[in-house]
Amino acid sequence: MPIFEAVRLALATIRVQKLKSFFTLAGVCIGVMFLITVVSIIEGMGRYMKEDLVGKLIAVNSFELRRRPNINFGDSDPAIWEEYRRRPRLFQSDLFPVVEALPEGTRWAQESESSVSAQTRYARPRSTTAFGIDGDWFQIKKLGVTDGREFTAQELTQGENVVIIGPDLVDRAFPGVDPIGREIRVGGVPYRVIGITESRGSAFGISFDNFLIAPWRSPIRKQLNPNPQMIDAVIIQAPNQPAITESQERVRAVMRTRHKLRPGVKDDFSMETSASALEFWNKIEGYLLIAGVALPAIGLVVGAIVIMNIMLVAVAERTHEIGIRNALGAKRRDILAQFLVESATLSTVGAMLGIAMGIGLAQAIAAVTPLPASVAPWSIIVGVAVGMGVGIISGVYPASQASKLDPVVALRQE
Amino acid sequence: MSQDTHEAPLTTTAERLAVVGSVGAAPSGEWVIVTRGIKREYDMGGEVVRALRGLDLAVRRNEYVAIMGPSGSGKSTLMNIIGCLDTPNDGEYWLNGQLVSTMKDDELARVRNKEIGFVFQTFNLLPRATALHNVELPLVYAGVSASERKERAMDALEKVQLGSRVHHRPNELSGGQRQRVAIARALVNRPSILLADEPTGNLDSQTSEEIMKVFESLASSGQTVIMVTHEPDIAAHARRVVVLRDGQIASDERREQFTEKLGVSIGH
Repeated sequence: MPIFEAVRLALATIRVQKLKSFFTLAGVCIGVMFLITVVSIIEGMGRYMKEDLVGKLIAVNSFELRRRPNINFGDSDPAIWEEYRRRPRLFQSDLFPVVEALPEGTRWAQESESSVSAQTRYARPRSTTAFGIDGDWFQIKKLGVTDGREFTAQELTQGENVVIIGPDLVDRAFPGVDPIGREIRVGGVPYRVIGITESRGSAFGISFDNFLIAPWRSPIRKQLNPNPQMIDAVIIQAPNQPAITESQERVRAVMRTRHKLRPGVKDDFSMETSASALEFWNKIEGYLLIAGVALPAIGLVVGAIVIMNIMLVAVAERTHEIGIRNALGAKRRDILAQFLVESATLSTVGAMLGIAMGIGLAQAIAAVTPLPASVAPWSIIVGVAVGMGVGIISGVYPASQASKLDPVVALRQE
Repeated sequence: MSQDTHEAPLTTTAERLAVVGSVGAAPSGEWVIVTRGIKREYDMGGEVVRALRGLDLAVRRNEYVAIMGPSGSGKSTLMNIIGCLDTPNDGEYWLNGQLVSTMKDDELARVRNKEIGFVFQTFNLLPRATALHNVELPLVYAGVSASERKERAMDALEKVQLGSRVHHRPNELSGGQRQRVAIARALVNRPSILLADEPTGNLDSQTSEEIMKVFESLASSGQTVIMVTHEPDIAAHARRVVVLRDGQIASDERREQFTEKLGVSIGH
C-alpha cells in the first residue's frame, strides 16, 4: 500500500476520533512544546551573547590587548585571579611599538574605562562609565554619533575638554535641555558636550547607553587609572578574519620583548577576541541544551507509552478490519505499514501542534520576562523528526502484533 | 431462466476423480480449482478436531457451485482453504494452475488479491469508508494507480446498479445495497473465482432473491462462482451442489438431481 494512502487513512482516523486522538497526542505535544520553548530560549540567549553582548563589546575582526580578559563568565578560580592581579599594567608607551608592528590596513584604538560621577547644573550627580580614547575608536566600535559631531584629530591630540555622551545621559544629566554645547563636570573638571551617540541597546535588562567619552589626553585620564600614563586596552582591528592571527602574533612578540618574558614563560597579557570571550558561553550552552532537551524527553517517553497503548487498543478494536483487509489481499507488510504510518502520523501531528504551542510559549516568555527567545529553524525540524520517531518506535510493537494476526481468526472477530 | 443463454460446463464425478487422481501434476487450464486429499486438523485445547479428512474437489472454469453441509461438516474450513485464508495440513490445492497449499503468507495474500473475490454473510465492508473506497481496496493492495482505481471501482459499482450511491457509507445503505457493494468489491480485480460465504444469511427473502439474480447473471456471463450455504433453497440456485459431511464430500450432484431428491421447489 502506498505511504500516501496510509497517511490519508491515518488522518481520517484522527478526524473521526477527535477526542481520543487529542489525548493520544497530548504527551508528544507537550513534550515537543517544552523542547521547542527551551531550545528557543537557549538559542535566544546564545544569539544575545554573540550578537548583542559580546558583539557590542568586542568589534568584528578585532582583538583587545589587555592586562587580563575583560569579559568573564564564571572563571572564578582564585589562582587565575591571583595571576591576573600580578600582571603588569599596560602603559601608553606600549602603544607606539605595538602599532608600529601591525601590518598595513590594520586599525587601532586605545581605551581606558572607569566608573565616574558626572554632574551638570540640570540634575544631581549621575554615576556613569567614562571612556578615555584615542585612535579609530568610533570606527572600530561602529558607534555612530547621531547629534553633534565626533572628535577632531586636534581635540584628540591636544586632549581638549570635550565629551560625547550616550543616550542615557541625555535624559539623566540634561533633562529637558539640548546637551550640545553645554557643560558637564567630571572630577571637578568641566567638559563641553559636542555629540550624542546612537544607542547600543541593552542585554538582560542592562543598558549599554550610560556612558561618556572623552579624548584620552584630556584630564579625564586622571579619573580612569591610578597612574595617568596607564591605559586599559589597545584595540586592534584586522581587515579580515584570517589577518587577526598574524596581527596577534606580531603584537605578542612586541609585548613579550617589552615585558622581558623568556621563552616558555606564559604571556602576562591577554589578547581577547569575540570568539575567546564566547568560549565560556559555548561551554555552558552545551550543558543547557542537554538539560533543556533531557527534561522534555521524559514527556516524550510518556507520550510514546500512551501512543503504544492507544495503538494496541486500536489493533484490538480493528481486528475485524484487519481480517477484511487480509481477505482483500493485504500482505503482512501492508498491515504493518498501515499501523506504523498511523502511529507516526498521529505523533507527528502532535509534534506539529507542540511546535506551534512551543513557539507561542517562547514568544510569550520573551515578551513578559527579560529572557530572549529565538526560534531556531533546526529545532522545528528536530521537533517534527522527534514526533515521527516517537510514533514509529511506539508503533512497532502494536503494528507487528496486527501484522501477525491469522486472517481466519481476525475475520471471525466482530 | 437465464441459463438457456449460456450453458456452463458441469463436472461429473468420473471427471472429478480423474483430475484429482493425478497427484503432483498441475491440472490443465480448464480446471480452476482442484483439491487432492486435503486434510485440516485443529488442536482445540488438546483435542484434535479433524475438520477436513482428505477431501477431493474439482471445479471447472465458469461453473456455479454451491457447497452445503450441516454445521461441523467442514464447509467453513473448506471455504477458508479455497479462499487462501488458510492452508491444509496435508494434500494439494491447485488454484488456477498454481499450487497454493505450499505457499507462504505473502504469496497467499497476493493470490487472494488476484484470484479470489470474497462475498461474506455480514458484508464485511469497512464501516468508515465510502462504498467507492471499499470497492477500491483490493486495487489499493494490487498497486493500481489512484485514477485507474477510481475508474474501475465506479465501473464495478455501476454494474451492481449502485452508481448513484458511491459516496455513501455502509450505514447509509440497505442490506441488499451493502451486499451489492461487497459484490462490486469482489469483482473489481477480475478474480478467477467469486467465493461467497452465506451471501444471503443476513438478508430477507426478497433481497436474497435479488442477490441470487445478480449471482445468476454473473454465472451466465462466465464468472466462476462458489457459494457456501446451509440453505437448500439458496443452494438450489447453483448448477451444481456439493454436500459435505464429516469433512468429506457426501454428494456432488447437478441442481436437478439435488432438488428432486430434496423435493425443494424453486420459486419462479
